[in-house]
Amino acid sequence: MTVYKFKTPMSEEEIRKLKVNDVLYVSGTMFTARDQAHKRALEYFKQGKTLPLNLEGLTVFHCGPIVKKKDDRWTIVAAGPTTSTRMEIFEDEFIKNFKVRVIIGKGGMGKRTTEAMAKYGAIYGAFTGGAAILAARAIKSVKSVEWLDLGMPEAMWILEVEEFGPLTVAIDSHGNNLFMEVQKNVEENKKIIYQKLGLSP
Amino acid sequence: MGILNIVENVAFNLIKQAVIYLPEDVKQALRKAYAEETSEAGKTQLKAILDNIDLAEKYQAPICQDTGTIIFYIKAGAKAKDLDKIEEALMKATKRATVEVPIRPNAVNPFTQKNSGDNTGRLIPWINWEIVSGEDIEMTVLPKGGGAENVCVMGMLVPGEGIMGVKKFVVDAVMKAGAKPCPPNILGVGIGGGSDIAMKIAKKALLRPLNAPNPDPEIAKLEKEILEAVNMTGIGPMGLGGKTTVLSVNIDYAHRHPASYPAAVAFNCWASRRATARINADETVEYLTHKVE
Repeated sequence: MTVYKFKTPMSEEEIRKLKVNDVLYVSGTMFTARDQAHKRALEYFKQGKTLPLNLEGLTVFHCGPIVKKKDDRWTIVAAGPTTSTRMEIFEDEFIKNFKVRVIIGKGGMGKRTTEAMAKYGAIYGAFTGGAAILAARAIKSVKSVEWLDLGMPEAMWILEVEEFGPLTVAIDSHGNNLFMEVQKNVEENKKIIYQKLGLSP
Repeated sequence: MGILNIVENVAFNLIKQAVIYLPEDVKQALRKAYAEETSEAGKTQLKAILDNIDLAEKYQAPICQDTGTIIFYIKAGAKAKDLDKIEEALMKATKRATVEVPIRPNAVNPFTQKNSGDNTGRLIPWINWEIVSGEDIEMTVLPKGGGAENVCVMGMLVPGEGIMGVKKFVVDAVMKAGAKPCPPNILGVGIGGGSDIAMKIAKKALLRPLNAPNPDPEIAKLEKEILEAVNMTGIGPMGLGGKTTVLSVNIDYAHRHPASYPAAVAFNCWASRRATARINADETVEYLTHKVE
């Protein structure tokens, strides 16, 4: 396990250094995107429309934050990760089209994302689900908000972060997926559990 | 102050307490899990959870940004006044909490996908009513997070398999849920009644403190047996591997139809938030789960 500290924009070369179980802290520009923002960004790409921000080399955070407006300025109150599997249907295209390098969320992602990460050079960093204040403390400012019509949780919040983490590298750019490894162990443990409970398989 | 203002204030305080401070029994269970966890990744996750709990209290901010769908459980004394106005007071409290705590707007119209922006909407906040004797009103709030809600399951099991079927149903649900519901989880298990009743019972079982097993020793034994089984899965904190996948299994039941064996599993995340207060007939208020300064 190695601890890395990266700053955006990140290059493919940097990302390829990371292996599963490494710990990463990221600084620089991060933006939030959940189901609706992923969907809209991909629609924009398809229609050849420019996105509000160049996403290349940046960090995507699967998060619907609580944000407060004080004296015309937005501040993040709480910002933990949301369940990433919901974005599985979008993420491979998202990585391919926008060249994002770090995807942060909870719960892991599937085969399609793992393959896209290996192909285009991106990693998945697991952040503790629910640890919203730990996350909020690393967010130094809200640079802007786009697509607020999607609602506070679904909007694209563009954030300046400092040493955001710890992120456990759970999917690296070499085809390794920690969540799938755990899942494999669970399958193996299933037999023992059934036996203990007296269940037939 | 009129009773409605009191209800509104108490409901507001309950939402605020619930989303900022975890109940003591949940904190204790998490500390114990941290002390006993042997997986490195799992221990890192539990440490982040415990640190986050402290920070939330220190900065008076919600533990998790998903402050859930607001669900109330009201035990209304049959002789309490103005019961027909309570719903309105709870609505007001929810809107106020959205702005003042603040909590995240989490009420979306399923047809237009529009977020109402204030945590209220058709049938939301959801209110579970129970009429009891006397003049007091006991109110509980359960802010129910979406991640854990998305893996809740209900099944119509085979009556001939009995409790064995339930054991399989619960362990299968945990293994299928994996990392998604933010483990370590609390499981509410509802057996019998009917399809809707089983889930209602399961969800309500989430309100039971983690250190209070079912008073029926046979059911308490089953709770312990299932808890040990699901913690053998290896899913661990946040699904990154480890021995703490579930903190507590809370089972409750209703009698069933001879032909049916409904069972439901309600998942709650480690941020298992709940708060209860009682408004007495003389308008004094007692907070039952949280200390109030």
